[in-house]
Amino acid sequence: MTNHWVDIKNADVIIIMGGNAAEAHPCGFKWVTEAKQHRGATLIVVDPRFNRSAAVADVYAPIRSGSDIAFLGGVINYMLSNDKIHHEYVRNFTNAAYLVRPDFGFEDGLFTGYNADTRKYDRDTWDYQLGEDGYVQIDDSMQHPRCVLQLIKRHYSRYTPEVVSKVCGTPQEDFLKVADLIASTSTPDRVMTIMYALGWTQHTTGSQNIRSMAMIQLLLGNIGRVGGGVNALRGHSNVQGITDMNLVTNVLPGYMKLASDDEQDFQAYLDARSPKPLRPNQISYWQNFPNFWVSLSKAFYGDAANQYNNFRYDWFPKLDQPYDVLHMFERMYQGQMNGFISQGFNPLAAVPCVQKVREGLSKLKYLVVIDPLATETSEFWADMGDYNEASPSEIQTEVFRLPSTCFAEETGSYTNSGRVLQWHWKAADPPGEAKPDTDIIAGIFYTLRRLYEDEGGTFPEPVVNLSWEYGHPMEPAPEDLAKEFSGRALADVADAGDPPVILAKAGEQLSGFGQLRADGSTACGNWLYCGAWSEGGNLMARRDTSDPSGLGFYPDWGYAWPANRRVLYNRANCDMQGRPWDPTRATIHWNGSKWVGNDVPDIKATAAPAEDVGPFIMHPDGVGHLFALKSMAEGPLPEHYEPFETPLPANPMHPDNPLALNNPATRIFAYDREQLGTADKFPYVATTYRLTEHYHYWTKNVLANSILQPSQFVELGQELAAEKGIKDGDQVKVMSNRGYIRAVAVVTKRLKQLDVDGRKVHTVGIPIHWGFIGVAQKGFLANRLTPFVGDANAQTPEFKAFLVNVEKIVPTAQA
Amino acid sequence: MELSRRHFFKVCAAGAGSTSLAMLGFSPAEALAEVRTFKLAHTTETRSTCPYCSVSCGLIVYSLGDRAKNARSEIIHIEGDPDHPVNRGTLCPKGAGLLDFVHSENRLRHPEYRAAGSSEWQRISWDEAFTRIARHMKDDRDANFIRRNESGQTVNRWLTTGMLASSAASNETGWLTVKMARSLGIVSLDTQARI
Amino acid sequence: MASLDIQARSATTTPSPGVRDYPDVAKLIDISKCIGCKACQVACMEWNDLRDVVGENTGSYQNPPDLDAKSWTLMRFYEVEPEPNRLEWLIRKDGCMHCADPGCLAACPSPGAIVKYSNGIVDFNQEHCIGCGYCITGCPFDIPRISQTDHKAYKCSLCSDRVAVGLEPACVKTCPTGAITFGSKPDMIDYAVDRVRDLQGRGFKNAALYDPPGVGGTHVMYVLQHADRPELYGLPQDPTISPLVELWKGVAKPVAIGVMAAVGLTALFHYITRGPNAVSKEIEEDEERKAKEEQQV
Repeated sequence: MTNHWVDIKNADVIIIMGGNAAEAHPCGFKWVTEAKQHRGATLIVVDPRFNRSAAVADVYAPIRSGSDIAFLGGVINYMLSNDKIHHEYVRNFTNAAYLVRPDFGFEDGLFTGYNADTRKYDRDTWDYQLGEDGYVQIDDSMQHPRCVLQLIKRHYSRYTPEVVSKVCGTPQEDFLKVADLIASTSTPDRVMTIMYALGWTQHTTGSQNIRSMAMIQLLLGNIGRVGGGVNALRGHSNVQGITDMNLVTNVLPGYMKLASDDEQDFQAYLDARSPKPLRPNQISYWQNFPNFWVSLSKAFYGDAANQYNNFRYDWFPKLDQPYDVLHMFERMYQGQMNGFISQGFNPLAAVPCVQKVREGLSKLKYLVVIDPLATETSEFWADMGDYNEASPSEIQTEVFRLPSTCFAEETGSYTNSGRVLQWHWKAADPPGEAKPDTDIIAGIFYTLRRLYEDEGGTFPEPVVNLSWEYGHPMEPAPEDLAKEFSGRALADVADAGDPPVILAKAGEQLSGFGQLRADGSTACGNWLYCGAWSEGGNLMARRDTSDPSGLGFYPDWGYAWPANRRVLYNRANCDMQGRPWDPTRATIHWNGSKWVGNDVPDIKATAAPAEDVGPFIMHPDGVGHLFALKSMAEGPLPEHYEPFETPLPANPMHPDNPLALNNPATRIFAYDREQLGTADKFPYVATTYRLTEHYHYWTKNVLANSILQPSQFVELGQELAAEKGIKDGDQVKVMSNRGYIRAVAVVTKRLKQLDVDGRKVHTVGIPIHWGFIGVAQKGFLANRLTPFVGDANAQTPEFKAFLVNVEKIVPTAQA
Repeated sequence: MELSRRHFFKVCAAGAGSTSLAMLGFSPAEALAEVRTFKLAHTTETRSTCPYCSVSCGLIVYSLGDRAKNARSEIIHIEGDPDHPVNRGTLCPKGAGLLDFVHSENRLRHPEYRAAGSSEWQRISWDEAFTRIARHMKDDRDANFIRRNESGQTVNRWLTTGMLASSAASNETGWLTVKMARSLGIVSLDTQARI
Repeated sequence: MASLDIQARSATTTPSPGVRDYPDVAKLIDISKCIGCKACQVACMEWNDLRDVVGENTGSYQNPPDLDAKSWTLMRFYEVEPEPNRLEWLIRKDGCMHCADPGCLAACPSPGAIVKYSNGIVDFNQEHCIGCGYCITGCPFDIPRISQTDHKAYKCSLCSDRVAVGLEPACVKTCPTGAITFGSKPDMIDYAVDRVRDLQGRGFKNAALYDPPGVGGTHVMYVLQHADRPELYGLPQDPTISPLVELWKGVAKPVAIGVMAAVGLTALFHYITRGPNAVSKEIEEDEERKAKEEQQV
């Protein structure tokens, strides 16, 4: 979230699209009901299902799953056609006025540079026009035909209300009602927030779904504002923290991109990630990358990393390509992997195409599962009849199942969706011999390290030199780990003044990432978390409930990254003179000599408004990107592409170009392409989702929740059910080209048949929460149905839009 | 309303019965109702955070006993923390049911091992688990670690063992895990963030 | 508000102490804010140490399918179209209404099995329950349920144990959206007025408070978007205490005392103890049949 949970109460318009906050985040949704009740806010829900968020919405619009970009493109067109944008904000805080290279183009669904064989773009042309001074050329009037605003106008002029309705199946009047409400927040006195989640990410166009809304929020001037922003409602309790810690294939803690094979030179690696400003006076904060990276390496390797050995740059792996979760299971399926550690993760249930995952796991030599609960993954080898068709005797994988503690039995911090780190304390001992995850990881690693110390082996240096200064090497204290990632001075850290002032003495905890140095004098496991445990103590454990502004910042509750800032890009909440757009909802303001206010300024505190320092300090140009430059795989502007399994024969936006049917830059493996189904055999759009009564695959092990939703069901609209002769409570079989599930039918008015491009489209709703282990009734893993293909940028699987068929199961007479 | 003859007698009979019970000595004093005793009067309270979604609601965990040496803490109740700025004491159906997660019959209690081709678990010690897992990892890493790619570039990666990291584990766990994974050269690494 | 002095007691003629004045408590359920998450159901079962069976889905979100001795509150789901092409998903938290004039208490033949506290809470004391089921007959909202385990009647206590020590009921505390609120009854009515105004401003012209006078008002009230049509939510239009119970109170009770003289006490005890559930069942069946006959007319 750019903003935070309580801030939602400050919004005038709240749109929930690509998510279902009332069901998936009920206690955060409270701030929606507060905004409605106390600000008179309007709640809009756009979703294929009339869900429990829609139940309390002021406006609901149905949409075909997988057509969000068409809808949002239509909103952009509506805003530009009706001049409903925040002009001063757009001109100064976005790249709307920036000129794009003349050779950049878009034709028949493809941007310039496409290579159909590699399914990749050469992104060279997706760039600005630079002047001789090295800065981007701009046209403040925003009339230049190559300026971003004009490009956007042209690009989205195709997304008329008629086209939106044709592609999305949304009735035109519903679309216009939503577009008008969104556009109403283009004035400085009205702010909109967007709440989204997996309903946007779990598409092959997932990242661009989100970008579309980010563009809308920029055009409306809603980013950096109290009550605004772009708010991803993260899933697991610490998914934000683990993302920040970057336990992902191609990134190091603090969103530092890992080196690729070609980056053999340390300095070149640092330089490539420290971009110079593209406009005068801009901060381009990533210029601090060397400070962050070297401090990370010092936290890893301590004294073994120094300037003479490039801070052990070579001890960090380099990548030829990303090895994300889908790629991992593809390689497992191909027999290219031997071992796999599954920590608090149930991939047999959570990864698409269960059959492929099971086969992959069957080819491993060893599998280690760490979890508080028995999971399907740990028993992937078990013969559970229809629920899991495995033959244990044929599966040679050795499985280790290690019991971990749950939240109530351990101490540590979680980072919430609003970026606030909060400490929790152990309340009781775990059952049996269960251990905290930290002890389990330490136990495995330290045992392995002793083997390397005793026996030697391949490249033991990073293993035996990893900094491991914990009181007990097999049981590191969470407090010690937190201090380590927060960072400390290894030598005195001074500022650049004359004479220099000592900011932190050797051995002290650092108070913020501004103190990090690239000379090896600081160690910090995650620059974003620097200062969370300062000399002032554990700031994550703070519990001050005061809220001086009344806006819900709670500045002394926990610790928000970065720098305890509660609203990101908060410079953008002021006009060019540094006055808040809306003084009743101000984060910071310019007091004549510096930025002050309710929040920590997201700009150099002394940067006077006249210096024209942009609010988006991480970008070299200092502005928000309506045009994404080279950052996205499938293009700098979102374009509608069909899901990989679509009910339509062609992309209605590009009916004559089969290359533009679905996302042209999506990676799909050969086996998985063969497994795709077609609309002739699987005519209905299916979407999987969560129910408020359950949490993923955990709560089927929890009695209270199993009582609330005991057994597996699917939802069918009344029209489809009537066609198929299915009634409430009937047993049905739902089939995709990959597998089937059986479930009870819930027939509902809430899933409407939609008119899409001249045909009727039905949606089948598939809650995911059942499996073959649990205290709830046994059921089928919903991912037996889903396709093994992901978003072109993040590789998030397309769980939200695929094709199925449905049939009623006629009970056979008992013998 | 019309009252049938049969109804009339029934109503009278029940009425007579209850009236007579009182007359027979079921006095009001003995029938005094008491509310159930408040069950949290002397429990130990611990602040915690809900482990489910990333609203990260504040919790108060109530456990039996006062942490005296001879008392084993048993969690008997979990309720929202009214001080917490986000949830202000509320909990959703998942958070409100956390007690049943803590005490789920499917909680794992001991390290277990499933041998190749077997269809059952056997209990093992932690020491055995760590030793055998470390041996597997070392054998695989020693055999398959890639120091240089085909072009001779230094890459130092280990592709044949992968790891999925928990998104419900603490930042401290995440930090320790990333240290382990990257120092070993693991690049087949992902989290539950996408799923 | 927390005080739990007894104001009325079932089947007892001795008046309760009555000199103290207490404010009434009330729970207000604003259906327009309810997302049907069932947190209240879980909080209820967790606080009251109740775990119903893990059943089966029967084609509905509503689980368990009905109130019972182990499920004292339940979300009921209604997909309605109050106007053509305007779908609404109305979700109502069902449970004891804690009537000011409780039909269950009036109907109960067992002294002290049902009490009404001075703050308005109507509570069942299972120690004294004989399982006759008259409370069910007496309830205009069809709330109490007889346990198959111990043959006693159960229902929501408004967490009388929590309220007694100054806390709000468990369902109120947990409600994520603030659809359930708790306070003094006058405060809750004031708050409801605000909510109704907000809803009317959003186009719900018939929004109003549901605090039915036929049972003297209730200590659990609803804000309804369509208060003119409570049946959309499965609520009675104008609930009153069952005529059977009214009769017993008004006519039958004096008569019954007269009958006492004629009927041997032994026989009476035989009647009361012979199979309590059977009695209520007969009456229920009678009533059902009668209701059907009335419908046919």
